[in-house]
Amino acid sequence: MAQIPEKLQETIDNLALFPDRASRIELLMATADSFKPVPEEVAKRPFKEERRVKGCESEAFVFPVQREDGRLDFHFAVENPQGISAMAMARILQDSCSGAPLEQVIAVPQDIVYKIFGEELSMGKNMGLTNMVFMVQNEARKQQAGETGSEQ
Amino acid sequence: MSDIKSRGYAHPGVLVSTQWVADHLDDTGVRIVESNEDPLLYPSGHIPGAVEVDWTRDLNDQVCRDYLQQEDFEELMSRIGVTPDTTIVFYGDKNNWWACYAFWVFQLFGHKKCKVMDGGRIKWEKEDRPMTRDVEKYPPTDYRAPERDDATHRAFRDQVMEHIDDDGPLVDVRSPEEYSGERLHMPDYPNEGALRGGHIPGAKNIPWARAVDPESGTFKNADQLREIYEKEQGLRSGDNVIAYCRIGERSSHTWFVLTFLLGYPRVRNYDGSWTEWGNLVGVPIEK
Repeated sequence: MAQIPEKLQETIDNLALFPDRASRIELLMATADSFKPVPEEVAKRPFKEERRVKGCESEAFVFPVQREDGRLDFHFAVENPQGISAMAMARILQDSCSGAPLEQVIAVPQDIVYKIFGEELSMGKNMGLTNMVFMVQNEARKQQAGETGSEQ
Repeated sequence: MSDIKSRGYAHPGVLVSTQWVADHLDDTGVRIVESNEDPLLYPSGHIPGAVEVDWTRDLNDQVCRDYLQQEDFEELMSRIGVTPDTTIVFYGDKNNWWACYAFWVFQLFGHKKCKVMDGGRIKWEKEDRPMTRDVEKYPPTDYRAPERDDATHRAFRDQVMEHIDDDGPLVDVRSPEEYSGERLHMPDYPNEGALRGGHIPGAKNIPWARAVDPESGTFKNADQLREIYEKEQGLRSGDNVIAYCRIGERSSHTWFVLTFLLGYPRVRNYDGSWTEWGNLVGVPIEK
């Protein structure tokens, strides 16, 4: 079974060092603060509906861009200014999955959101964030199958 | 007359405006409580002086599917520096969905002085009112709560069964797709744990968010609410109503609307909701 992207594992390991909720939230807040939305050269508003993460009330969008080596860079938009968790998740996925081997992106487990945010998440919030992961993985699968999903 | 008072609510004092909150930021008799779905929202910035009440950590029993007990509630109130005389103003994300949920749980312990900030967090933010990341610490209080009263505002499955037998009105506040059984979950969301799709027999489908003006996030006025709940769906002002959703959070918003804005004499929230009813052996459903 493929490993998950190295940087994602590092993030999970780092978060595991902060088992108390307050410290974890502080770390995730800092991550959300560092979120940079998709640059205009990659995608302009209005974004295509096909790039929208289903079920994400933070109105997140995912934009894959193919690299020369065939791997993908991932950019995100989070249109709801209250979507702080979505911004944190977007930043983590952008940092860890961009340029990672596609099979490692596909191998990210479904419970990754709980590993990052802890189990005190509502079902709805968990599903929205998990759908962000699914969308990234679907783009990696399409890329692996030769069906480019790159935004340009 | 203030905007809220002019809307014709049965109990207009239960709602306060963002301006009222702004005017009471330094009022020691007022505690502002933020309650959200997103755990990062409060730390990202909140109304100055506001404390956070987290629905999973603070309001739920950590082992049993139930709400906190008397002792835990007293501890929570002490932690947020509240006395029985403190006016608590709830606000939060998603049109005060979670704020109303917290409000409802506080009613199980009889804290009477509770209000909701109309328009919630989004309205405060849109008005460019002050936000801070500083977390205010209040001196702990010695709060004594009564035992939790489940009889007044909460319904259990056997009571729902009796309610069906009595042809009592039920309000299903989930999406039309969940109500019809077309989906076992909210649109675009994976299955959230019910084996069967549909609704409790006889329930009317009135999605919770219809009570809110989508532009401003504030509650609709009493006439608009009566149009939805009474003229359209046939509820009557003296009705004994049970509301439910998936786990009782969305329906606490509707409980708030029917109880305080329209003044229904008895409204209970069936928090077991569809995750219980949709999985129960031997109970009827409709599609």
